[in-house]
Amino acid sequence: MDIPEKEFLAPGHRACAGCGATIGVRLALKMLGENTVAVSATGCLEVITTPYPETSWKIPWIHVAFENAGAVASGVEKALKAQGKDDVTVVAFAGDGGTADIGLQSLSGAMERGHNLIYICYDNEAYMNTGVQRSGATPYGASTTTSPHGKESFGENKPKKNIPMIMAAHGVPYVATASISYPEDFMKKVQKAKEIEGPAYIHLHQPCTTGWGYDPSKTIELGRLAVETGSWLLYEIEEGEFKITYRPLERKPVNVYLEAQKRFKHLADEEKEKIQNYVDQVCAELKI
Amino acid sequence: MNMIKVISANRAIAEAVKMCKPEVVPVFPITPQTTISEYLAQFVADGDLRAEYIMVESEHSSISAAVGASGAGVRTFTATSSQGLALMHEILFVAAGMRTPIVMGNANRALSAPLSIWNDQQDSISERDTGWMQFFAENAQEALDFVIQAYKISEDHEVLLPSMVCVDGFILTHTVEPVDIPSQEDVDKFLPPYEPISYLDPKDPMSLGTFTDPDYYMEARHDMEVAMEGAKDIIRRVNKEFEEVFGRKYNLVEKYKTEDAEIILVAMGSICGTIKTVIDRLREKGEKVGLLKVISYRPFPQEDIYEAVKGARRIAVLDKNISFGIGGVLFNEIKAKMDVDASGFILGLGGREVSPDDIIGIVEKTRNPTTETNQINWIGLKEEE
Repeated sequence: MDIPEKEFLAPGHRACAGCGATIGVRLALKMLGENTVAVSATGCLEVITTPYPETSWKIPWIHVAFENAGAVASGVEKALKAQGKDDVTVVAFAGDGGTADIGLQSLSGAMERGHNLIYICYDNEAYMNTGVQRSGATPYGASTTTSPHGKESFGENKPKKNIPMIMAAHGVPYVATASISYPEDFMKKVQKAKEIEGPAYIHLHQPCTTGWGYDPSKTIELGRLAVETGSWLLYEIEEGEFKITYRPLERKPVNVYLEAQKRFKHLADEEKEKIQNYVDQVCAELKI
Repeated sequence: MNMIKVISANRAIAEAVKMCKPEVVPVFPITPQTTISEYLAQFVADGDLRAEYIMVESEHSSISAAVGASGAGVRTFTATSSQGLALMHEILFVAAGMRTPIVMGNANRALSAPLSIWNDQQDSISERDTGWMQFFAENAQEALDFVIQAYKISEDHEVLLPSMVCVDGFILTHTVEPVDIPSQEDVDKFLPPYEPISYLDPKDPMSLGTFTDPDYYMEARHDMEVAMEGAKDIIRRVNKEFEEVFGRKYNLVEKYKTEDAEIILVAMGSICGTIKTVIDRLREKGEKVGLLKVISYRPFPQEDIYEAVKGARRIAVLDKNISFGIGGVLFNEIKAKMDVDASGFILGLGGREVSPDDIIGIVEKTRNPTTETNQINWIGLKEEE
């Protein structure tokens, strides 16, 4: 795959070493190119890339608030259309908090109305910007500062909210999941999302060194382990047609993924087994 | 050609918006604003307004989409009321802070709880600190005229703050009266196309709505205060330009028989019509009573207010709002800004009827204060049975 060399997210931003979000945005922008307007929800990405008077964004960028990236992108898209700038791509970036929780209504409205825009959720599975609090996208068993493990708790006791499928239920032309650790798969999906007329949603899994608790050098490795163990699935739904885009040759046990992270370190065998059973069940349904 | 039509204030606002040609209109219906949304939808459906009409899923999203659209460099309009305005609260600050010259119609309505769809002015008064300009219309004609002027004021590069045109719910939004609708030609002559300074353009990329540390935030707020204060002169200038084209004269305040008045009532919105009628009646009896109508609530025209009321023996400030524990907001702001002998009156909350007799009662109470002068007086409150 030809990966464009030109960068649209400048280095020198304030992200943690090993940040997965900025890797994802950098790859996405390579595919989207310079004729793009980006919208950010409040969150890590917005804070680390735009400390006034500096900015990492080499394309036009706007941030309004935490819960309204979908609505802001809607307004931007319509304003560009009104000016005859139909060739400009509009992309919104929001974290899992800004997508699965506080921003869900705004996102749902934007998807349902059929705006020609791409919405990319960079999912690090908790509110990382405020210091690792549980979100609707936090997976079962993870310890966060608001779903801590303790004498009477094994951490988060609900499974991860399935946002990509909720988006698919909106009947939008393109929905995909992706991982920063599978850049070609992700970038192909961004390219498709760009070409498709109407709303496209990409749910991008991205490990977070501080929130998940692992060495910053292991970000890509963690992302791979998520997919190789079946804990995160790579698929796309194009015009309603579901397709797995990557199948591990041999699915690794979930343990190798869980044990590589501090957020799951406390789990007893019983809970780990529950997680393995859940993953097995989902993978069996999808023949992974 | 201009023409006279018998229409509501909501229709007047929609007609004004149509002639101002916003390119993006995100709106969400709420009583008593709804018909503005409907008229605009019909204008777009009929091809009379070439705008992208976004049927958003909430007021939070209507103002968010408006900020996005304004950020992308086009003229925008939205409208709301009460709960909808309160839902927008967070983004009202953002819209002003990002210096987006959005114009919004607000049908003034009480805030819940208890739930009420009826008129008072608590909704927009509660947004006084957001950095929006607020213009209160007395009638449908003013609603139309203020929308057209609001664009010119907001979009002035010295101002770049959003505007709210406020009309009393039902009293103005759902009653009809003759309105002089100007010609498109005249509106075009008065209002030039919007020229944004900073906007989202791939040919000249910039970042809007960035994160600031304590080194920069205060300057941004100070700039807004300078712009808001400076807006008073811009409003005066735009009022003059408006008069030259349309013949109707406005200012930050309207003085009605204040010159020799011993008692002056200060109020905003449709109640001023009732007050004028009462004043005419009292004047016939030789009573020297006047009205100072505040049109521009933000920016706050304290110089104009003081100039108009300083000769009066006593003044009465009428508030269709309350800041609990301190009283009517306009009353308190006037007391804070000038040395005047004033009484404050809370009235008309949640649509409580205000009759000419109530106004006469206010004049009497103001003339012969029996309680402390700064005491809050409730008008029209039912006696406990």
